[in-house]
Amino acid sequence: MSRLLEMRNINKFYYGNQVLKDVTITLDEGEILGLVGENGAGKSTLMNILFGMPVIHSTGGFGGEIVFKGERVNIDSPMKAMELGIGMVHQEFMLLPGFTVTENIKLNREITKPNFLSMVFGKRLELLDMEPMREEARKALDTIGMHSIDEMHLVAGLPVAHKQFVEIAREIDKRSLKLLVLDEPTAVLTESEAEILLNVVRLLSQKGISIIFISHRLHEVLEVAHKIVILRDGAVVGEGPKEKFTLFEIAEKMVGRKVENLELPPRKVPLDENKIIMSIKDLHVHMPGEEVKGFSIDIREGEILGIGGLAGQGKLGVANGIFGMYPATGKVTYMGKEYQLNSPLFALKNGIVYVSEDRRGVGLLLDESVEMNIVATAIQAFGMFTKRFLGFTIYDRKAIREHALRMIKELDIRCKGPAQPVRRLSGGNQQKVCLARAFTLNPKVLFVSEPTRGIDVGAKKLVLDYLVKLNREHGITIVLTSSELAELKSICDRIAIVCEGKLAAVLPPTASDVEFGLAMAGELEEVKAHG
Amino acid sequence: MQKRMSLKDILIANAVPITFFILTFLAVLVAKIPILFLLSEIVRRLSRNTFLVLALIIPVVAGLGLNFAIVLGAMAAQAALFFVVDWGITGLSGILLAIVISSVISIFLGWIAGKTLNRAKGREMITSMILGFFANGVYQLIFLFFVGSLIPFKKTDFLLPQGVGLRNTVDLFGIVDGALNDLLTLNIGFITIYIVPLIFVVGLCVFLTFLLKTKLGQDFKAVGQDMHIARTAGIDVDKTRIIAVILSTVFASIGQVIYLQDIGTINTYNSHEQIGLFSIAALLVGGASVKKANIWNAILGVILFHALFVVAPSAGNRLFGQPQIGEFFREFIAYAVIAFALAMHGWRSRKGK
Repeated sequence: MSRLLEMRNINKFYYGNQVLKDVTITLDEGEILGLVGENGAGKSTLMNILFGMPVIHSTGGFGGEIVFKGERVNIDSPMKAMELGIGMVHQEFMLLPGFTVTENIKLNREITKPNFLSMVFGKRLELLDMEPMREEARKALDTIGMHSIDEMHLVAGLPVAHKQFVEIAREIDKRSLKLLVLDEPTAVLTESEAEILLNVVRLLSQKGISIIFISHRLHEVLEVAHKIVILRDGAVVGEGPKEKFTLFEIAEKMVGRKVENLELPPRKVPLDENKIIMSIKDLHVHMPGEEVKGFSIDIREGEILGIGGLAGQGKLGVANGIFGMYPATGKVTYMGKEYQLNSPLFALKNGIVYVSEDRRGVGLLLDESVEMNIVATAIQAFGMFTKRFLGFTIYDRKAIREHALRMIKELDIRCKGPAQPVRRLSGGNQQKVCLARAFTLNPKVLFVSEPTRGIDVGAKKLVLDYLVKLNREHGITIVLTSSELAELKSICDRIAIVCEGKLAAVLPPTASDVEFGLAMAGELEEVKAHG
Repeated sequence: MQKRMSLKDILIANAVPITFFILTFLAVLVAKIPILFLLSEIVRRLSRNTFLVLALIIPVVAGLGLNFAIVLGAMAAQAALFFVVDWGITGLSGILLAIVISSVISIFLGWIAGKTLNRAKGREMITSMILGFFANGVYQLIFLFFVGSLIPFKKTDFLLPQGVGLRNTVDLFGIVDGALNDLLTLNIGFITIYIVPLIFVVGLCVFLTFLLKTKLGQDFKAVGQDMHIARTAGIDVDKTRIIAVILSTVFASIGQVIYLQDIGTINTYNSHEQIGLFSIAALLVGGASVKKANIWNAILGVILFHALFVVAPSAGNRLFGQPQIGEFFREFIAYAVIAFALAMHGWRSRKGK
């Protein structure tokens, strides 16, 4: 087997954050490379670089070099990648619903025949030649064993699994295809469908097509890959032939030991296991991309509960659903009473506050001042910081300023002053403003999603410390949703792992990385109820 | 997975044409207009207006929505006709010259419009509408202040008394009035059919059908469905959209020439504005939406919309003793149809999520 691809010493920065550190991967012809890693480990970024996606080049390009078939190549657009024979099946479907299977497979590679007008006005006026297009599409589908897919069917009506296979067929149909990247191809498939897909992958490999297979279902990777590369925090932490690894080792390496033990201050009152502040039963949240499908848990009063899991599995949907940002159904009791879903105002009035993961979109009024951002929701929901003046309700500027200054000091918000617009603050300081606002609302339960996403290490620690402080000093129950397991492990009392929209496991922060890794992959079967 | 359409779905999907059919039918009953008269009017309007309505189809297919910027094409046509009038080129050669000149201007205007709309992806309709208003300002500047001063114009009859600026109406009588219509006519009893404009319409229909089967047409459809996917597949999205707008503008200009030679006078400062509104309303009445339109929507739309146009004044007269009410009613209906279609579009795309 000869060497097909080498990506050498790839480095990539996004807005000053290094997301890939000296990553080197190699791939032989017909080889299947299993690429695993947590979300944010850099898998997608690496593949985007390989595929020349515009997002890479609009953010300053990357460092390192790509060698394809022995030659150094500069892949600066998806077109270039395709010309080289690199195909990609994206995580989200790249199919046009209004076109037939054939039209999608042959998209922009249609077979045409000339006519009078095309001779005058150019090739684009050539008529589509449906019959050979159809035959070739059929052939591509047959190659991957998909005899049951009708090539003239509209894509809109196809089952999800078939769409996945149509995407693969489209890549196969490109005759020059040398390398196929499959990004989470089994995420939307059932077990048996996934099995078929794995067979297709093996078949392609036998035909000499190299494959990069990205999946969080570790057993699939082990089953199909010849060699495995594990990424963590943008660096390769393990690689080698698959025989070298067991499921447990992969899980452990993927999650990694990166827990810095914070010295957590003791509680004034010890936690009472039986004091349930909120009980969630069978919660369904219709949040695109983060669908929750029957999540249940009891939240204890005064605890810090962590919610973790891989992206797209629904962990973000939980807090969004409880707070009413996305339509939700289910049975939730709060402090012994029935809780009204789908109403942010009801949540606020009852002391439930939510700090969104989308802090620039939902969380902040970017062009407003720091102080107005801190008090805005309090004014809106409770009429705090207002006074009566000549029969009108007006802002109490003095109270606002005093409160803002106190919060700025307490959270160490680095700003020029309370009147500075938050747009100019760094991500970490914006997050602190969000927390200050949440605290201003006197919450009983505080839902915080991804509070440390995209902020630097120092600010991360401050944000986490502040959460602990709120919990210990003010007795606020905190539900912390985060993609960073280390963060959850550092401050949470219990960690719930969400997989495929359901609770996969509740683990103590002391649980091993293997357990967490397995739970995230949905492979830790039994739900343990740890204290 | 394919769901069968229930009767209710079909009714909802075609709510606009059905409502319009009922409305028109009732108006015909009330107005007590001789059916032959109505028929001859509809046939005439088919030959007069359909070309303009057809000009809207490509941008819809290419995902640009309703191209309110066809008024640019209409302005180009009028500008060309003014010069044909000035140069005194009569008959068919006048028409052909007007078509050539206006097409050239339209290619340029369409290119600018396309460039602009590419910068306003997702807000094409409002942008094209504003673009139309803006172009109208430029148009007025040229024909109200420059003609007769900077731009020489010999036919002083059509200028305002000071010798600068065109009058409100420019008469095409004796120049290109009916130059296409009168080439070949067919009389069936009361009804006069103008064959040549209808041939133009049929020709455009054939061309559009052909175009949508070519590679370019396939690209229009792909870009119209999802720009991101089309781009990933290597289609030059921006260029494809610009071509769509240019084609639409050129067709609109030819359509306006056909329209004006039938009407016989140019309403210097109004003709083009009405054309945008009424053409879009007609297309929507025919059952098109912001995302879907075909030739049959255009033809059916012209028939229904203009049938109502013909009978509305008489119906208004009978019901309220006021033909003006009917006049008002047409404008009202045109806007209502557009507003309804846009609301339906918003509702459907939200429901689709």
